[in-house]
Amino acid sequence: MLLLQIDWSFLLEKSVLILVIVLVSFGVAAYATWGERKVAAIMQDRLGPNRAGFMGLLQPLADGGKLFFKEEIIPEGSTRTIFILGPFLFMVTALMTSAVIPWGPDIHTAAGNVISLQVADINIGILFVFGVVSVGVYGIMLGGWASNNKFSLLSSIRSASQSISYELAMGLSLIALLMMSGSLSMREIAQQQHGFWDGHWLTWNVFKQPLGFFIFMVCAFAELNRAPFDLPECESELNMGYHQEYSSMKLGLYLFAEYINMFISSAVMVTLFWGSYNFPGMDWVAAHTNAIVFALICVIVLMAKITAFILFFMFIRWTLPRFRYDQLMNLGWKGLIPLALFNMVITGAAILWLFNK
Amino acid sequence: MTFGEKIYIPAIMKGLSITLGHIFKKKATVSYPEQKRPFSPVFRGLHVLNRDEEGRERCTACGLCALACPAEAITMEAAERKPGEENLYREEKYAAKYEINMLRCIFCGFCEEACPKDAIYLSETVMPANYTRKYFIYKKEDLLIPHPKKQESAQ
Repeated sequence: MLLLQIDWSFLLEKSVLILVIVLVSFGVAAYATWGERKVAAIMQDRLGPNRAGFMGLLQPLADGGKLFFKEEIIPEGSTRTIFILGPFLFMVTALMTSAVIPWGPDIHTAAGNVISLQVADINIGILFVFGVVSVGVYGIMLGGWASNNKFSLLSSIRSASQSISYELAMGLSLIALLMMSGSLSMREIAQQQHGFWDGHWLTWNVFKQPLGFFIFMVCAFAELNRAPFDLPECESELNMGYHQEYSSMKLGLYLFAEYINMFISSAVMVTLFWGSYNFPGMDWVAAHTNAIVFALICVIVLMAKITAFILFFMFIRWTLPRFRYDQLMNLGWKGLIPLALFNMVITGAAILWLFNK
Repeated sequence: MTFGEKIYIPAIMKGLSITLGHIFKKKATVSYPEQKRPFSPVFRGLHVLNRDEEGRERCTACGLCALACPAEAITMEAAERKPGEENLYREEKYAAKYEINMLRCIFCGFCEEACPKDAIYLSETVMPANYTRKYFIYKKEDLLIPHPKKQESAQ
């Protein structure tokens, strides 16, 4: 049976890659909490955390340790299994999306092997991301529902309706991009944005689809439940939102998964629109260094872009006030969806007339 | 709303420019245990009972501070100075017992104003916190400033 023959080196390579990606996601998420507080502090003329370690760099560890040792409370009226399932589901879905993101170019080793820096190159990569992100709503929904708390329920309903509304506009904004790329595979989209200038036009998709990127980004904010669309945790109306009844590390998982979501969605945005791991002059660098160093540089470039995005997310959060619920729905249904449709038409017309395909 | 307001972008840009400007502003934070802000010259903190240059207690237990105190935080008991105690007490009468209940005190400084002998002053020390009520009743020993001569010899 050739079908069942397991390539052990392949399995090992992927396991190591998955482990590294998960650990990096956790690390980035942990330091995103630190970064969030620092950014907030800087914008409010404060210093931010600076007691735990140099510049407060041990703060995430202290916070995590604190959450671990907090008392675990499961409310009497809650549906116990679902209550426990909620945060884990949220966490798993947050981590799952990272499987299809290409973290760097393929490494061609001297022995002739090809090491891919992507866990799975499935040809429907973007659809996979969309699917998993949609399932992520279940984490919030189940958690809010099982808490048996009216505020939690309201918040999770809000979250679900918000996600559904904005997924529509998000998908529509991507269709225009997919018409240009002709592929759903994340890896192919990344490779199409090779370099920076192809002789005619900038290769990064954001310069071809500025409106599409804008819509995608706004929708990403809404999908992440982040300010200015953080209605599910609207403190002034819903106390703490869907994780009101959660305590200890379950609350930690929710908060942590949100930051992982932020990291992954930044990665998706960078991959789709901001040239993935590509950077100007990469051909020259590839010719003058060996494959592993080049791949490392590419990963660093990708990480730098992701960090920039995360900082932008924080920048927005600490600037804008929260949208009202009707404003949110108006923006989504009456603003972004028509705009995305318009973008689709324009892109289609441009492809037809300009490139005569 | 006008169209310009409806698309939110101009307003968002304005907001972002404001927060961007704040990145370069001076931080207002005082890192407390390392940096301390100076007290204002009229700050009224914990009381001290003064001694004169020879280290004698100035208080003569006249009771004017207790009388002036609006919170009735001060109690005292007077005693006659005996022969041979001239190096301890400045006046012929002194406070055998002098207590201030710091939970009652409102730090108004009336006792300081009332004192004819310059014996009581409000210092620049903030009252420390404690766990039980009894530690908030400050005895004479807690309030008296260190003996100037004994302090010198100790150094």
